[in-house]
Amino acid sequence: MCGIVGLFLKDPALEPKLGAMLTDMLITMTDRGPDSAGIAIYSGAKDGLGKITIQSAQPEVDFKDLDLDLKEAIGQPVLLMEKSTHAVLEVPISQIEAARSALSHLRPNVKIMSVGDSIEIFKEVGLPRDVATRFQVAKMAGTHGIGHTRMATESAVTTMGAHPFSTGSDQCLVHNGSLSNHNGVRRELRRAGMTFETENDTEVAAAFISHKLQEGEGLGQAMEATLTDLDGFFTFVVGTKNGFGVVRDPIACKPAVMAETDQYVAFGSEYRALVNLPNIESARVWEPEPATVYFWER
Amino acid sequence: MQSFDLAANGLRALNSALHGLKGQTNMTAWEIINPKGAHAIAAGVDAPVDITVRGSTGYYCAGMNKQATIRIKGSAGPGVAENMMSGTVIVDGDASQYAGATGRGGLLVIKGNASSRCGISMKGIDIVVHGNIGHMSCFMAQSGNIVVLGDAGDALGDSLYEARLFVRGRVKSLGADCIEKEMRPEHYAILEELLRRGEADHKARPEQFRRYGSARKLYNFNIDNASAY
Repeated sequence: MCGIVGLFLKDPALEPKLGAMLTDMLITMTDRGPDSAGIAIYSGAKDGLGKITIQSAQPEVDFKDLDLDLKEAIGQPVLLMEKSTHAVLEVPISQIEAARSALSHLRPNVKIMSVGDSIEIFKEVGLPRDVATRFQVAKMAGTHGIGHTRMATESAVTTMGAHPFSTGSDQCLVHNGSLSNHNGVRRELRRAGMTFETENDTEVAAAFISHKLQEGEGLGQAMEATLTDLDGFFTFVVGTKNGFGVVRDPIACKPAVMAETDQYVAFGSEYRALVNLPNIESARVWEPEPATVYFWER
Repeated sequence: MQSFDLAANGLRALNSALHGLKGQTNMTAWEIINPKGAHAIAAGVDAPVDITVRGSTGYYCAGMNKQATIRIKGSAGPGVAENMMSGTVIVDGDASQYAGATGRGGLLVIKGNASSRCGISMKGIDIVVHGNIGHMSCFMAQSGNIVVLGDAGDALGDSLYEARLFVRGRVKSLGADCIEKEMRPEHYAILEELLRRGEADHKARPEQFRRYGSARKLYNFNIDNASAY
């Protein structure tokens, strides 16, 4: 069992409240997943700048002077914003890859959570309320976001095993369920050049979609392909820079409820997660059909 | 009328008050406000009372119900009226998966759609769905009746025993050992009665339905039927 929440805003007036709304939804899903929690927020792109979200078990050591060390390595200014065990690095977009490779030399213990123009990912072990507080998610603004509360089945309860998983620029995926053919798919994706941080089944699903997107497929097509190539139980919620998608396996054991108004599209593993959203009483509320891809793009 | 604010007073207080109602009681009408999708609302009631839930519910609302009439003025989460013994449960909106699962008696009415596994392993309950039902509905259903005014999803009645399945719309596919059967006078009578009790007699007539039941080939293992499993 796991909990998933997601919000894709249509009304810019709600954007300053995205983090607060997602935090409330995430905490409601605590009893579906008390092991760890995570959130991906698309907080908007700044002209010419990209973001790398990093994590360290020893932030006081790893983050110290990292902005200066990176600046020296890439020859461009770098802004470092620390948040507990995570930090967001703002780097000129042209230097993202250079910064990434410099990071692996300068701070080999630092893990990369996400890379992109807009995405930031924060995830840790612990209760959803504690995780959300630690990263001050409630203060974050953005256009869309996805949260996850994890009850682990397929791999250990670790920071890197928490969701969301990001395997491509501005992409992320969360999962409720378990995949049974992830080892085979991981081998094929490795052969195709994808890299993996964990032995987790969900990371394979994320990489599967990233690989399809790299090959030029659209979000809808990439999600459609999970229905034929991934075996197991899943409800996936996927984020891209401009998009938000949902797909459930054909058996559809893993619960899912969606709500849509003129202001937002919302996802919750249970209706409970949606009850405090604005005008939920008049929203169109439905269960996504099995083996059917839903996605929204702006 | 007893009014109970679930958000203010909590689920345990509600269910212990409802479980305290035994036999004859003067508190026959209850209203539950602010359900907000909570789980197990009014589960395990055993008294002839009338309970109205003003909003949508989470898992297992009205589970194991005996005697009570429970109305949900919203949609119901998974397992509504699961293992109901008697009484009536009416959902004004939609119901999530396995509505009425393993129900032994009483009547479950869903005025919207029910999703997958509606009536799975039903054992005597009657279910009336005004809309559609999802895939794998009535899997291993043993007895009782289900009436569906809309369509049924894939694998209806897979491994069915003696439940009677009445569907007015399209059946996407039948499960193993489930076949269409003739409508006889007693079936029209059952439908007439259930459409009335299910508040659907203004929407449908018995002669619009087809009946599905068990081919009875899978009751006991027979090597000649191995391909049907």
